[in-house]
Amino acid sequence: MNDGPITSQGLRDEHPPQASTPRGPTRGSLARRVLRTALLPAAAIVLALVVGAVIMIASSPLVGGSIDLALPLTAYGALLSGSLGSFNAIVSTLVQATPLILAGLAVGIGFKAGLFNIGAQGQFLVGALSAAAAGVASADLPPIVAIALAVAAGMAAGTAYGFIPGFLKAYTGAHEVVTTIMLNYVAIQIVAYVVSGPLRGENVSFARTETITNAALPVLVGRDGHIGILFAALAVPIIAWLLFRSTLGFEIRTVGANPDAARYAGMHPRRLIILTMALGGLLAGLAGATEILGQTGHMPAAYATSVGFDAIAVALLGRAHPVGILFAGLLFGAMRAGAGLMQIQAGIPVQMINVLQAVILFFLAADLIVRALIRTRTDDGGVAEMQTITRSYGEQTAN
Amino acid sequence: MIDLLYGIPVIGLVFQFVGYVIDVMPIIAPTIIGAATPIALGAMCGFMNERSGVVNIGIEGMMLTAAFVAWWTASLTAQLIPEGPAGPLGISTPLLIGLVAAIGAAMLVSLVHAWLSITVRADQIISGTIINIFAVGITGYLNLLVSRSAPPSAGQFSRWEPPGEVTELPFIGWLFDAFLAQGPIGLGLLVAVIVMQILLFRSRWGLRTRAVGEHPEAAETVGIDVIGLRYRNVILGGVFAGLAGAYLTIEFGNSFQGEMTNGRGFIALAALIFGRWTPLGAFGAAILFTASEGIQRAVRFGPPEGTLGEFLAAVPSQFYSAVPYLITIIILAGVVGRSLAPAAIGRPFSREKRERRIQPSDSASEAGR
Repeated sequence: MNDGPITSQGLRDEHPPQASTPRGPTRGSLARRVLRTALLPAAAIVLALVVGAVIMIASSPLVGGSIDLALPLTAYGALLSGSLGSFNAIVSTLVQATPLILAGLAVGIGFKAGLFNIGAQGQFLVGALSAAAAGVASADLPPIVAIALAVAAGMAAGTAYGFIPGFLKAYTGAHEVVTTIMLNYVAIQIVAYVVSGPLRGENVSFARTETITNAALPVLVGRDGHIGILFAALAVPIIAWLLFRSTLGFEIRTVGANPDAARYAGMHPRRLIILTMALGGLLAGLAGATEILGQTGHMPAAYATSVGFDAIAVALLGRAHPVGILFAGLLFGAMRAGAGLMQIQAGIPVQMINVLQAVILFFLAADLIVRALIRTRTDDGGVAEMQTITRSYGEQTAN
Repeated sequence: MIDLLYGIPVIGLVFQFVGYVIDVMPIIAPTIIGAATPIALGAMCGFMNERSGVVNIGIEGMMLTAAFVAWWTASLTAQLIPEGPAGPLGISTPLLIGLVAAIGAAMLVSLVHAWLSITVRADQIISGTIINIFAVGITGYLNLLVSRSAPPSAGQFSRWEPPGEVTELPFIGWLFDAFLAQGPIGLGLLVAVIVMQILLFRSRWGLRTRAVGEHPEAAETVGIDVIGLRYRNVILGGVFAGLAGAYLTIEFGNSFQGEMTNGRGFIALAALIFGRWTPLGAFGAAILFTASEGIQRAVRFGPPEGTLGEFLAAVPSQFYSAVPYLITIIILAGVVGRSLAPAAIGRPFSREKRERRIQPSDSASEAGR
């Protein structure tokens, strides 16, 4: 009988780890599997666009003075042309997607280990701060050295900041959801203190660091397509390899699927929890570093960003799979890139993007609505990570 | 005697600090209580959820939604109906309608949370995340559209003036002044905290709620409707989130800004944990948390003399703001007195005593339910 909370561990991994059996899918079955995996998220996106359209029409009297049934078309058209309509628009989409993909991987790798890393936001912030500090300090060094130092500093700070909740979870049982939420707010205060105090630049109109010179990421393509895009592009296959082809990834997924079995098999759940959280911190810290070194060029004391929270949406939409996260990150990046044009051309405030993201997540979480609507049995268990993570919230004992 | 204590090296500083806090407390207490009220109300919302076994990290989003709805509805009503005389405590028809609308909105959001967490059995953290993202989006979206026409504010509730005989009592008069010189929502919180504390430990509802939060299977065996009770508690929790939001826009202030809750919903969660999932504890924790910022302000405007003053002035102001979060982490880690969550928290209840997706055919029957 499996009726207790301990035995029913849930299926966090879509495809439970298989020791060494090659999966060897034929071409046809691979295509079908991709289709089955992508169908549910795709349906959720379409439904969210419909809901967004309804909201726009309902609020159109506030936008233009009267009910305007064509408003969603104008808005989505502007969103599309602002994100894919020109070469610069596409580059802008890639730039916006970069931190989302990196931070999305940070959250996604946590899901694989059964951990809910809400702390990507804080890890992103300390990574950004640390990269800015190193970038300002290395202004006299040759660019290659300066960039390497600043990026490494961002990753190191993120790793350390991810290590804390991992350690607390492993050795004291403090649930990572609560500790990472708290650490996100601590990070805001750390940034505010450091940037308005020791790191404050001279002759700046508001509290921010000096402008980063030699450590700034060089532009590769278009107006602002910095090499940080490559970091994200490289991180996806690296994390995919790590998760699905390496021993460490196998152990991470096993711990996520069943910590008891993992321990029985001689793995060390505690060490793996800490490692996974630190690795997530590294990725989120890298995301912060690329944003500061490639985009803003300095660190403001009140750095308004929601990358770390959007990353949760990215990881869920991408079903915690690196390739899925890549596409989800590109989608949300495109939305961010096109939102400005949507506001200018259609008068729809950029916050509509948040509404769309939330509604996409809603339909993913309430997948039974989608399943009823599209009348299909898609790949089952794909969003299992959406159902079992909180299971350990009340458990105060370590694994 | 006191000078003697102050003279002790290092430890003397602690005594000096305590003395300083006691000195300034009557002055900063009203601000502290005012800042603690929305946090305590948010924590009450979390209390209703988590005691019955449902995690709620969406308090922030519920508060934000309610804050916007309260302000907007009050403003719309004020434009529609002719201005009448405001009653005691500044109670007017627009404000009352705004308050009711805010509570209704937060209950509606809570209903979504309840449906996702209890019926769909989706992950409750994700449900909360959805609520937070949606609230930032929809309130920011509507606020931008609405504020294009610069709608007038409907004003705000005013404070009650407690009788002078009470507030001028020696030594403890300032306490009455701090707690009682508040508007209707602030006063309502005081009543709610006491009533809920008694109900939780002394009523049938409280016993059942605790049972459902600790061991739903056992609760069901003795005939408690676990799912019904969870629904009821989560939706009623929305009342408190609605009050918390309305407090921000029609009692504490009279306008709305995007993302104005500014993490209060998460501090509320921290207060709930620090207060060990009880109303009174959470209220105390909320006061303790806001006291940290209150003392920071006191130090900035009237620092104590001597070494203590120099020491406090050297502590960055951001540290005081981070204190609530740090304390919560320490408490959770069990370094100083462990805080234990209700045992069944976050675990969806299923009458069939098996979790979803164990059998592949499960989701089909789920959809048809």
